[in-house]
Amino acid sequence: MIPAQFEYLAPTTVEEALSALAQHGDDAKIMAGGQSLLPVMRMRLNAPDYVIDLGGIDSLRGIREEGDTIVVGAMTRHVDVGNDPLLAEHAALISRAVVHLADPQVRHRGTFGGALAHADPAGDLGGPALALGAQFVVTGPGGSRTVAADDFFEDLFTTAVGDDEILTEVRIPKHTGWGAHYEKFVRVAHQWSIVAVGATVRMDGGTIAEARIGLTNMGSTPLRARAVEDALVGQPATEDAVGEAAQSAAEGTNPPSDLNGDADYRRHLATVLTRRAVLAAAQP
Amino acid sequence: MTRIEMTVDGARVSDDVEPRMLLVHYLREKLGKTGTLVGCDTSNCGACTVHLDGHSVKSCNVLAVQAAGHEVTTIEGLAQGGDLHPVQEAFHDCHALQCGYCTPGMIMQSVDLLNDNPHPTEEEVRLGLEGNLCRCTGYHNIVKAVLQAAGGASS
Repeated sequence: MIPAQFEYLAPTTVEEALSALAQHGDDAKIMAGGQSLLPVMRMRLNAPDYVIDLGGIDSLRGIREEGDTIVVGAMTRHVDVGNDPLLAEHAALISRAVVHLADPQVRHRGTFGGALAHADPAGDLGGPALALGAQFVVTGPGGSRTVAADDFFEDLFTTAVGDDEILTEVRIPKHTGWGAHYEKFVRVAHQWSIVAVGATVRMDGGTIAEARIGLTNMGSTPLRARAVEDALVGQPATEDAVGEAAQSAAEGTNPPSDLNGDADYRRHLATVLTRRAVLAAAQP
Repeated sequence: MTRIEMTVDGARVSDDVEPRMLLVHYLREKLGKTGTLVGCDTSNCGACTVHLDGHSVKSCNVLAVQAAGHEVTTIEGLAQGGDLHPVQEAFHDCHALQCGYCTPGMIMQSVDLLNDNPHPTEEEVRLGLEGNLCRCTGYHNIVKAVLQAAGGASS
């Protein structure tokens, strides 16, 4: 299967990319790593007239530290996110999650910003980004604006990025010293999550001082398990206490039903995976 | 048509291609490098795995124009001067194939894996090959071959 014909545009600056987008509008599609877009185009589920490849824009690549924040360029490849020492130290949940995303070949091509802007509810980065309170920098003709994680994911494959805008970087507040774990449930190793739970916790002795939990594929967008986060505060990191708090993991969710499992099964999975993720994250 | 130039298995090549041409089709149909196979055509199976600037990618999920200016290595570029690559040798020794369809992709991914992690455990090998499917389910000997190529199993 090959994609329908299109014209290929390869800008080398964000400004060039934005002007191509302004010129071609709805007929154009932005390509980051292409690991989700190309399969969709090959199956002819999408047939843009213009593909704007961001691969040649070097300024969108790289990870840096800015005060209390780690800034990840939107075109940073998953493999580089997974190997990055700054993220491992200050936002370990991202490091733990990205190694479960697809397979090594896809992680060599796919990008952090591309996956987040694609906003597949079964994608492995949305939940962790939400849990860590990431800020999304979106650039358009009028300049850049910042969108909070809570406002970024709007619906299935839909984000706050406007038609004339590009996601340029993701700013992740440091969670230095927080434990983290990403618990993913799949039938086949490299597939999309049936359900996954990302947990990051700050321990104070043997007690959980703060917890952030992001749910993958429990609704049309990534979701926070806020009831569990609240219930965990001040609890010991024991199987009983965490298991009790995790009972409310599916509260406020709206999981899909498909061949991998119905919504009730996913609600059950959310409680089990949340318990496992929090207990693993709380390990010293 | 878009003009592209790249290095494939050590040789400079240039062509005019349609932007929609996938790298795997460019390799097979334009360059005759049919050692790289199309398996699932949905970027699941990994049969089309090649190296782009030294790192494994699924060439059915990369446009030829995206590889322009870069260096591609296929299964046909692994052997040097008539000598099989150690991973090819190990696949042969361990009989790490049944029908052989997944083999080029398995070998390219195994080489990538060993470049990153020269002494993997068995579990690391299995995880490292998660993007490559063997429909004969002959994984056991494939894993053995990768461990042998790594210079003996560590567990």
